[in-house]
Order: sequence, then C-alpha cells, then structure tokens
Amino acid sequence: MARDTLTGSRIRERRLILGLRQAELARQAGISASYLNLIEHNRRRIGGKLLVDIAAVLGVEPSMLSEGAEAALISTLREAAADSGVPVAELDRVDEFAGRFPGWAEVLAACHRRIATLEQMVETLSDRLTHDPNLAASVHEVLSTAAAIRSTASILAEPGELEPQWRDRFHKNLNEDSLRLAESSRALVSFLDERDTDSPRRGMPQEEAEDYFQSQGFHFPALEDGQLGIADMMAEVPVELSAAARSLVQVALEQYLSDARALPMEPLAAEIASEGIDPVGLARRFGCGLPAVLRRLAVLPEAVLGREAGLVICDASGTLLFRKPVTGFAMPRFGASCPLWPLYTALVHPHVPVRRHVVQQGRNAAAFECMAVAWPQEQPDFGSDPVYRAVMLILPSGQATQDAQPVGASCRICPRRGCPARREPSILKEQF
Amino acid sequence: MGNSGANLRRNKGDSVSAPARPEAVRREEELRMGRHVVLIEDEPNITEAIRFLLTRDGWDVDAHAEGSAAVELIRQAGPDLVILDLMLPGKSGLEIVRELRAHPDMQALPVLMLTARGQLRDREMAEKAGVTRFMTKPFSNAEVLTAVRDLHAQAGQG
Repeated sequence: MARDTLTGSRIRERRLILGLRQAELARQAGISASYLNLIEHNRRRIGGKLLVDIAAVLGVEPSMLSEGAEAALISTLREAAADSGVPVAELDRVDEFAGRFPGWAEVLAACHRRIATLEQMVETLSDRLTHDPNLAASVHEVLSTAAAIRSTASILAEPGELEPQWRDRFHKNLNEDSLRLAESSRALVSFLDERDTDSPRRGMPQEEAEDYFQSQGFHFPALEDGQLGIADMMAEVPVELSAAARSLVQVALEQYLSDARALPMEPLAAEIASEGIDPVGLARRFGCGLPAVLRRLAVLPEAVLGREAGLVICDASGTLLFRKPVTGFAMPRFGASCPLWPLYTALVHPHVPVRRHVVQQGRNAAAFECMAVAWPQEQPDFGSDPVYRAVMLILPSGQATQDAQPVGASCRICPRRGCPARREPSILKEQF
Repeated sequence: MGNSGANLRRNKGDSVSAPARPEAVRREEELRMGRHVVLIEDEPNITEAIRFLLTRDGWDVDAHAEGSAAVELIRQAGPDLVILDLMLPGKSGLEIVRELRAHPDMQALPVLMLTARGQLRDREMAEKAGVTRFMTKPFSNAEVLTAVRDLHAQAGQG
C-alpha cells in the first residue's frame, strides 16, 4: 500500500551509502538539487524516466528504489550476518543483494531461521538435563551403575592373583550391577521415547502456531459465525503440529472467539465504514475493553479494515506471545525486541491507551501508527499481584509525521546512534 | 543400598580381609605413617571397588553411605583426604563441602568429588563450594588412583 511513498527515502539512503552529495546526484540526473531534496523527503512523487535515471546513477534496479526489498527479509539477512561471526564486508549492500537475488536471499534467510530454531531446541534440551529432576535422576542411575561396573570389571581384569573371597564378591557385584544397568537404561530410553512421540519437533511451538495462523490469514469465519466450535477447529489443525503448538493455537483461538463475540463482524464492519478506525469509539460502542478492540481490528480481513494491520502481544517480561507481521515492520524472530516500541510504554502504564507515530530505523525508514494498551490477564485479587499483558496494533502510515519517534527491531541490527535504550552494540557501522 | 556393601562400610573387624599389599607398598606406608581417606558414596558397589583399590594402594578407607552425618564423621576422623559423591541421600555433596569449609581446621583438606552429572554448571558450583578436584562417572580405576595420589602429594607440599 504505502510502499511507493517511500521511494524518496530509499534514494536518500542509497545516495548516503555511496557518499554522493545531493547536488552531484541532481546534476547527473539532470534535475535541480532543490527538486531532488523534495523527492528525497517524499514530498514529490517520482516515477518513469527520472526514476530510471536516478537508479542508473545509484547503480541499482529502479524497482529496488520504488519497492525496496522486503524489510523482514533484510532484517533476517542482517541477523544472519551478525550471528555468523565472520566479518561481512558487504553489510551495507544487503538490500542490493536481496533485490538482485531474491531467491537466494530467501534461501539464506530460511537457513538462518532454521539455525536459530535448532539452537533454541538444543538449549531447551540441554536445559532439560539440568532442570528435569526425573531425567537427571535417571541419567545419574545409569552412570553410577556404569561406574560401578567399570571399576569392578577392571579390578577383575587385572593380571595377577586376586584373593578368592574378593573375586567372588566382585563377580557377584558385577552380576547385580549389570542387571541394574539393563533395567535403568531401559527406563531411560522409554522415558526419552515417551517425551518424543507427540512432537516431530519441526520448530519451536510458538513458531509452529504462528505458521498456522499465517496459513489461515489470521481469519476464521467459520468460528465467527458459529458454524464450527473450538473443538472442530482444533480437529482441522494440521497433524504435524506438536502438542505444545496445538495448545498455543487453542488458547489463541479461544481469545479470537471471545473477541469476535464482543465485536461481531457485521456491525463492526458497518461502524468502521462510517467512522473509520477509532478503537476507543468502538470500545464504547460495543461495551468492551480496548485490548479486545485492538486484537480484533488486527485480525480483520484487509477488505473490512481498509488497510493492512499488524499486531504484537507481550507478557510482563516483554516476551512476545503473539505476532501478526505487517509489511515493513521488522519483528525479531527470537530474543528481545526494541524497548522503544509503544507496546512497552503501554506495559509500564497499565490501562492507559498509548498512541504513537513511529518510524522504524532500518534501510527502509517506514512509518507506522501504533496503538497500545496493557491489561491485567485475570481479574486482580486482594493479596496477589496482577499479571499484565500488553497489546499493540500496528498500522502502516506511509508518510512519517513530524512527531514520529524512531524505533528499531532489535539492537544488534539497529543503526540508531546515541540511543538511550541500547542494550548491546549494533553490527552496523554506518548510520543511514 | 544393597546389603553387600552394608557390612563393609565400617571395615574394622570385617569378615572379608583387606587385599594383600605388596612388600614395597607396605614399606612405603610405614614411612608415611598411614594414609586415611573417608569415602561418602551411596552406591555400595562403587564403594567396594574404591575401597579395594585404595586399600591395596596403602590407604585406610572409612566408608559411609549417608550424607546427613558426614560432616561430623569427617571432623572426628580427621582424614588426609575425602572422596564425596555429589548426589547423596540426606545431604548433597555440595552442602557437605560448604559446611566442611566453614570449619577453620578443614580449609586445607583435599576433597575429591564424584558425580554422574558432568555439566559445566555443576563443576563451577562444586569449585565455588570448595571442591579440590572433580571426577565424572563413569571413571576408570587409574583415574581415581592418580587423582588420589596427586591430591595427597599436593596437600603434603602445602
């Protein structure tokens, strides 16, 4: 949608990377510097021959300036470069790479995501040995018995005389221990087997659940109009999904259903058509909470909402629980997100609606309108601390407004200098 | 805990006599005035194998299978070396080491810890608690003997 309005920003980024002065680019393209300045700040539309000429001077495909490479792909490629540990010489040409070789870039990004998934899995598994008391006890038993057998057997195997009483005693011990080892190793194997049968382990449960929602377009009409219940929906979830992913899907579907009941499709669509996207107005009109409205708006079909929308939900630790991606807004796949997201502003001011215009730092400086609010997950009770969650609706807004705040995706791939919220150094050398 | 180890645990007056020691070892032992080790391990057959090995190497072996009274036992026995399992009934090996190190006269006592969990985190925790050396099950007899001799030699120097 708002893609072509950012052509100017991309020209500017590209020019700065090349270290080309505005006047020089304008001269080579045959326009005035002040006109180029207007273009670079997205105040003049650009297309046709002029776009082709400028692209030629900048040494890129015109489509790369008019469309840009997919922001999510770019940020994944940057993560891949960061995690590879080898210094990557052409980090500043990542979107040229993605633009010229989109297929290969996807392959590289997919490999990176796969590696990240596998690393997480290895971590989970090695944690299991430390934190799962049953498994630790089972392994201890096997290794202790093996230690006893090894010591005893090597005493018996030593050359030279062994007193008959000792020899008999060690033979007896060896027999006992070998029986115990057979028993405990069988127990260990069945323990491991049992844990594995229900999940083919394709990825992290949250990722599997997200893939499922993505495949359904985040929209479940049959659930909304009551044709199918949650149980019927769960029966249709692909069988490859692990049990953990299934339970996440079920929780998300239950939330979806309760939001859809609070804000039924027909009156909601009519309200949006006449009043536009006004979450607080909708909350009043339908007598429900703002969190339900934000969640509901994000999963409406684009035809109903009239525009694309993304959503993130986090818990009080800041961990993302649910993500609906939106064009141009990079969300880290693993690890922590940018603390400047309005989502986190809302989290520290529970119940207070937060609306911010933001520009996500990166190669394509994309602008968004974000609306967020935090709510207690359950009715708070006397004597127990409330547990909050926060939700943020992300609407691409094309044009960056005056008051737009800079935000990132995650620190490692964020170029912003002097950021007070920076957690770790960026891998990017230059500021775009 | 099997019965086979129970009657061996306090070895004085045991029905099975200690293995015969070679002449050279006996002479060495006379020079060194007897070396004494306390072994705390709940696996009776490991206890028996280690007892055999160390007795043959010239050590007096005092074995116990339970963790809760271990600190008192060690303090009373005043051994040259302690061998300790990490996972013990009653009290963990780490706790025992921590309590031992809290006593001023137990600071220099060499402690060899046996464990089935060879993970880095355990090793770090054991070192912090004051374990002198760390051995992962399943170990070989040669490893045990080398560790015990090294620890004793180091303690003798210090």
